[in-house]
Amino acid sequence: MDFTLSDERRMLQDSLSRYLADNLDHERRRKTLDSGAPYDADLFKGLADLGTLAALFPEEAGGFGGTGPDIALVFETLGRAGTLEPFLPAALAAPLLTDHAGLVEQIIAGDSIVTLAHTEPDARYDLADVSLSAKPTLTGTKTNVLYGAQATHLIVSARETGDRLDPEGISLFLIPTDAPGLTITPITNVDGTASAQVAFTDTQADTRIGEPGQGHALLETATAHAILALSAETLGAMEAAKDLTLAYLQERQQFGRPIGTFQALQHRIADMLTEIEQARSAVLNLAGHLDAPRDTRERHVSATKNLVGRVAALVAEEAVQMHGGIGMTQEYELSHHARRLVMADHLFGDVDHHLERFIHLSGG
Amino acid sequence: MDLAFTQAELDFRQEVREFLATSLPHDLSEKVRLIKRLGKDDYQRWHAILNDKGWLAPGWPLKHGGAGWSPVQKHIFEEEACLAHAPRTVPFGITMLAPVLLAFGTKAQVNHHLPRILSGEDWWCQGYSEPGAGSDLASLKTRAVRDGDHYIVNGQKTWTTLGQYANKIFCLVRTDPDAKKQEGISFLLIDMDTPGVTLRPITLIDGQAEVNEVFFDDVRVPVENLVGEENKGWTYAKYLLTHERTNIAGVGFSNAALATVKRVASEVTSGGKPLAQNPFFAARLAQVEIDLMAMATTNLRILAAAEAGRAPGPESSMLKLKGTVIRQELTSLLRRALGPHALPHQPDFLDGGDNTEPLGHEQAPGAAPAYFNMRKLSIFGGSNEIQRTIVAKSVLGG
Ligand SMILES: Cc1cc2nc3c(=O)[nH]c(=O)nc-3n(C[C@H](O)[C@H](O)[C@H](O)COP(=O)(O)OP(=O)(O)OC[C@H]3O[C@@H](n4cnc5c(N)ncnc54)[C@H](O)[C@@H]3O)c2cc1C
Repeated sequence: MDFTLSDERRMLQDSLSRYLADNLDHERRRKTLDSGAPYDADLFKGLADLGTLAALFPEEAGGFGGTGPDIALVFETLGRAGTLEPFLPAALAAPLLTDHAGLVEQIIAGDSIVTLAHTEPDARYDLADVSLSAKPTLTGTKTNVLYGAQATHLIVSARETGDRLDPEGISLFLIPTDAPGLTITPITNVDGTASAQVAFTDTQADTRIGEPGQGHALLETATAHAILALSAETLGAMEAAKDLTLAYLQERQQFGRPIGTFQALQHRIADMLTEIEQARSAVLNLAGHLDAPRDTRERHVSATKNLVGRVAALVAEEAVQMHGGIGMTQEYELSHHARRLVMADHLFGDVDHHLERFIHLSGG
Repeated sequence: MDLAFTQAELDFRQEVREFLATSLPHDLSEKVRLIKRLGKDDYQRWHAILNDKGWLAPGWPLKHGGAGWSPVQKHIFEEEACLAHAPRTVPFGITMLAPVLLAFGTKAQVNHHLPRILSGEDWWCQGYSEPGAGSDLASLKTRAVRDGDHYIVNGQKTWTTLGQYANKIFCLVRTDPDAKKQEGISFLLIDMDTPGVTLRPITLIDGQAEVNEVFFDDVRVPVENLVGEENKGWTYAKYLLTHERTNIAGVGFSNAALATVKRVASEVTSGGKPLAQNPFFAARLAQVEIDLMAMATTNLRILAAAEAGRAPGPESSMLKLKGTVIRQELTSLLRRALGPHALPHQPDFLDGGDNTEPLGHEQAPGAAPAYFNMRKLSIFGGSNEIQRTIVAKSVLGG
């Protein structure tokens, strides 16, 4: 067993961390958000130039990574810095674009953004819940499309046969966002990230991803990658929230001494540290099983998303509480991480969804 | 033992219901129901309606324009008002300052200030906390120095809720820097438009500028604005804390929030069926409801003791603890119930009138902001850590 990072991964992590330390802080992030821009395009390009996106794709696709540990390392580093930039779409799209070398090249360079348009307004977290129809043009609505208003292409799930909740009969299509019949409404999320609602009206769909009707398995694979990425990002945000809290406990004085000397808070930070280690192990579990057979991989997907979701809410709530009033202000960095920690549970299935799914996958 | 309300109390509840049905404007209750952001006008409008009925100040004596209600009546009103989605009444003048004036103020102060609170002419805010004095409030530093018939005030208050709407602030200030820290504090009333008072809004985690910093730079305050005796302010502040803690459990708010979560869970679907039928969500919801049922009775037990004239002890700390945990859990359940719909930030809907369409579900825009905003419940009014310390001390000493 070896939990150390290879030299190459360590170098990538170091260069990303250094670049982020120099180019992103809470004030800059707030300026970006206040400007109405969805994210800092220069920062995105700069991170792409460092190989952030290349690390999400395997060598045969023109990248230099793409394994579970690569994804985990990149996203933990991004999460710790609290980036708003569109990396999650690349993690989602990577396993789906094996036949699209040219597009992948543009993604790696940061010139194209390909995102998944899957969730429908009433679908909640069920991957099979697709009613947008492909007969053969696409008509229907997708929501929570990550960076949908900035994307150059969408991978759209659509139903060709079967009923609304049927895993069979779902197909995937690659569509440029300037295709006729698309109405894209940009959304800013509560945590500052961007998404969109996309309405399709008789939109032409010529480029398939995978076999007709076999999209569900691909969606699972893509979602497994995205859940690893998001869980690692969440782990990074936990670390950031913990660091702020630790520093504050030592610095803030009440009743003539640092509040970190009160045992009531000492025990709480101890619990927080313990739970974050659990979250780290859960992320490693999924990273190590990303290429495992479907049933094994999916058990880890649900286990990790459930555990990380629980710990994320605990860390956010406890960090704010231990800060007192200051923890509730927009001006203070913690508020960004706290929102990200909590809202991540609303993407790709929340703690309850994955608990139920884990029981199911375990034969329950 | 009898858990039932008396006939008189039931009649009173009926009267309250009828009043709310006829007098609570629909546009206001819709704002509250959808967790939209209320402005000064909204609060003042509701205050005026309550004042016309004589119900704005439930605990004040009748002769000062109060309703003269018993603790149980206040509780019944709060329960019904919450269920009807009435705006909350702004507590600073009515339930914080007025009782202190009635107990320790001069006749002139009572006669001057109470009518202005009722009429809405004055909007008070609470100037206790400072950057360095939160849980350790007695370490506050804002200085008031006597200069003839004025005090000269210098310093800073913070976290001042709705200070942006206020024209008056009641403050704890240090008048004797050499005394023990609790003993050099005075209770002072300050006009916000006095030269030297400035306000800076603080935006909270939910994006709302609900609190403020208030700065005092050589502010001249007439000595007649002192409440009670100089250097006795701490006693008055503590009186306020122990005697005006009705509704500290927020049972009414929780009942209303529970009803909202139930409704949403029956409207949104999971796997093609109402979320309410999902055993995982149903279990979470049932768990909070069970806690709330017991807490409601704890609350009534303490109310009954208060009616019998017993001052609440550590029980009010227990109520604050349990009550805030339940309220926070309900905001978390609403957010969970909405699933992906809780993600979009929809400030236009939250600020706007009736014509902005919500994305996803009508309760979606308010859900996550309310969850984040309600983190404050366990921080202010004596943090939950401080409440636990009070409870432990009451049995272990120290
Ligand atoms: C939204 C909001 C509105 C508010 N409105 C007002 C207002 O209108 N007027 C006003 O005067 N104030 C107001 N407050 C201030 C509020 O009363 C303070 O936030 C509160 O007293 C806590 O102080 P603090 O924020 O400085 O936290 P701190 O006191 O610094 O506490 C930080 C952490 O340390 C813990 N802690 C502190 N001491 C101990 C101890 N001895 N043992 C164990 N743990 C401890 C606390 O529980 C907390 O978790 C408001 C606060 C908020 C968040």
